[in-house]
Amino acid sequence: MTPHPAIELAGIDKSFGAVHANKNINLTVAKGSIHGIIGENGAGKSTLMSILYGFYQADRGEIRIDGKPITIRDSQTAIASGIGMVHQHFMLVENFTVLENVMLGAEGGQLLAKGVAGARKELKRLEAEYGLDVDPDAIIEELPVGKQQRVEILKALYRGAEILILDEPTGVLTPAEADHLFRILKVLRDQGKTILLITHKLREIMAITDEVSVMRRGEMVATRKTAETTVEELAELMVGRRVLLRVEKGEAQPGKVLLSVKNLTVKDSRGVTMVDDVSFDVREGEILGIAGVAGNGQSELLEAIAGIRKPTSGEILIDGQPVAGLDPARLRELGLAHIPEDRHHMGLVLKFEEYENSVLGYHRDPRYGRGALLDLDAIRKDAEEKIAKYDIRPPNPRLKTANFSGGNQQKIVVAREIERDPKMLIIGQPTRGVDIGAIEFIHRRIVEMRDAQKAVLLVSVELDEIRSLSDRIIVMFAGKVVGEATPDAGEQALGMMMAGAV
Amino acid sequence: MSTASVPLPNWISYGVLPVLNLLVAFFISGLVVWSIGENPFQALKLLIEGALGRGEAIGFTLFYTTSFIFTGLSVAVAFHAGLFNIGSEGQAYVGGLGAALVALALDHYVPWYVTMPFAVIGAALFGAAWAFIPAWLQAKRGSHVVITTIMFNFIAAALMVYLLVNVFIVPGKMAPETRTFLPGGQLPKLDWLMALFGMKLGPAPFNVSFIIALVMCYLVWLLIWRSKLGYEMRTLGISPSAAVYAGIPYSRTVIIAMLISGGLAGMMALNPVMGASARLQVEFVAGAGFVGIAVSLMGRSHPLGIVFAAFLFGILYQGGADLSFEMPNITREMIVVIQGLVILFAGALEYMFRPAVVRIYQTLSGK
Repeated sequence: MTPHPAIELAGIDKSFGAVHANKNINLTVAKGSIHGIIGENGAGKSTLMSILYGFYQADRGEIRIDGKPITIRDSQTAIASGIGMVHQHFMLVENFTVLENVMLGAEGGQLLAKGVAGARKELKRLEAEYGLDVDPDAIIEELPVGKQQRVEILKALYRGAEILILDEPTGVLTPAEADHLFRILKVLRDQGKTILLITHKLREIMAITDEVSVMRRGEMVATRKTAETTVEELAELMVGRRVLLRVEKGEAQPGKVLLSVKNLTVKDSRGVTMVDDVSFDVREGEILGIAGVAGNGQSELLEAIAGIRKPTSGEILIDGQPVAGLDPARLRELGLAHIPEDRHHMGLVLKFEEYENSVLGYHRDPRYGRGALLDLDAIRKDAEEKIAKYDIRPPNPRLKTANFSGGNQQKIVVAREIERDPKMLIIGQPTRGVDIGAIEFIHRRIVEMRDAQKAVLLVSVELDEIRSLSDRIIVMFAGKVVGEATPDAGEQALGMMMAGAV
Repeated sequence: MSTASVPLPNWISYGVLPVLNLLVAFFISGLVVWSIGENPFQALKLLIEGALGRGEAIGFTLFYTTSFIFTGLSVAVAFHAGLFNIGSEGQAYVGGLGAALVALALDHYVPWYVTMPFAVIGAALFGAAWAFIPAWLQAKRGSHVVITTIMFNFIAAALMVYLLVNVFIVPGKMAPETRTFLPGGQLPKLDWLMALFGMKLGPAPFNVSFIIALVMCYLVWLLIWRSKLGYEMRTLGISPSAAVYAGIPYSRTVIIAMLISGGLAGMMALNPVMGASARLQVEFVAGAGFVGIAVSLMGRSHPLGIVFAAFLFGILYQGGADLSFEMPNITREMIVVIQGLVILFAGALEYMFRPAVVRIYQTLSGK
């Protein structure tokens, strides 16, 4: 007798108003396998997983877990059915310990002591069994992101999860942390757990999954054995057309130095040196990439250049003019555009309507209203033009920004900053949490900016992105520039520099 | 996601939900009234009649409404910039000083319509000045504006009593109050407006400051949703980090928002000081600053919502006073309980029924 599949979805259908998010989805996931689900943002992956986890109810269709049809009314039912979910944005109490977070919601009684002892024992067992080493007494906010994610996985396992759903798990991880995660997932699979991996990173799919299903515009368009497919085929299935995975660009034609950083040192509020005596130049017509593992001072460097953070010492020159310490509004007037690393907290006000965000930082410009009042007609017209030009979907400037997908949110920011026709563009993590079609689009825009003789400074933790876009690369480690390289330098050589080994 | 993120049409968010909350508040209030042995329907009838039954009753209701609109707007403006101004009470109190000084200075020489613009400016300036120190402390020193504005309420109360007892008191009189303003320092009643609807105002102090309040509603709407400054305040209020990114100056925006908030609170003083008693008295604010918090909360910090919420609280104030007069069992304190229930359901528990309404809406609209 063949065992029942871990998950069977039959004819799942879900609409939100006019949006048909899931159309007649059928999916079978074998027990003890890693099953990938890929698709662009807005393809319906998250909706489908939310139905499986009880956030939404399907309009039609059936869910069978281990062959038994069930109705998942809320996340409690999902947990009781052995489904665990690791969200893209972690659901952890930052100032609790690992143990406390794992127990949260499953304390087992009014008094903590007995539950704590039991949980500690169980946690030890889980850690040993799956190689998930985390100190149970560590405070969450003091742990690196990779370990925080392990706590999320432990939480699910502690609640007896047999099926683990991971939503874009590597979005916040360094390459080494991602590799570690994959090793953990493989151990879990070998122990008989079923894993559903939602991602839009094709390399991850190829590296780790057994089977992969592709979603596009609410439909499940294909399911393949990973061993029998290729990155190119998956990309085409996802986007519905052929996709250029490498960035096509010609030779750079660097001109004069536009942006110059000299001996810049930045300390954070605790007095810790985050950027340590960094110097570099960016010329017009070139892209300078800054590679490095997240947390090595790149963010602080970007913020200092953008005027968000005051440098402790050193100089920043735009066209030879010292600008260190100027505020972001003044820097924009000098032609510096900034696509920030974190669009949720900096680049956008998520509660604003789209058109309001399309002028954030430029709202004092006379073209958006003379005098004290805003010219809403001009702003909306301007927003509509950007929406059309950047194919932002849905094309509705009155929609709340939080209701756009990650890729479309990023396009709102990119459109706003690039369409100002700045002299310099500084960019942090341009494609974090962005789907493949939008990545291609954003990369092309960045290269176009270079070809229009703008100076571009690019910070990314995605080494592939740095290598395919940059004309020159510098590597940061522990706040210092530890090396310079050309884009054709090997991944290994760059990786060594990023690890501070050179 | 849960039902919290499901968008609802505006007529449900701003119509059905508040009305539902209000009905529940009245239902629970009815239970309270019933539990002390009075007929809740009779009580409700007395309350409505007391607030809206005659021209005079409506005049009193609108008089209270006027005060609550000013303080509601005051709280709302600060709230849009992410500041919780608890100090409208004190700012209104000190604003009364500004209005009174103008009235005392000009009432001998000019008619009321010349005094009025100066009084508006005087009241706003004094209210704003009282908000300035907490604003500055918040902007430059990070002292939380909630704490400092509460403390400034007490300081304002002490200061005003001192001034009234020692400076402004009419020699030979017992009452700590200024002399009565001449007609040139008074805001006339709106009896002609009531007459348009065929009603008599009687002795009710419904006056021109109601129109000033409505003008301020429009100006606040313009400020928050149509001006660059309002855009900056909202950005700061929702996402301080995005405001930094956008180059919006934190200190300046905080201080300006608080000055506007304090100015609006100060203008509230026009209503009782120049529109009703024609003199500056102790304790004339009588809690309107705190009611403003509830009004702003219930009106979703939108001027239109604030007008409705202020009117509702005006009804509760005036009708409640009448009710406790007619039904001695229902004391002033009981009225406060009913007001508290309205605040609880309409403000603090505003999302309690939302999940259920979302489900009904989804079922009915077939989604």
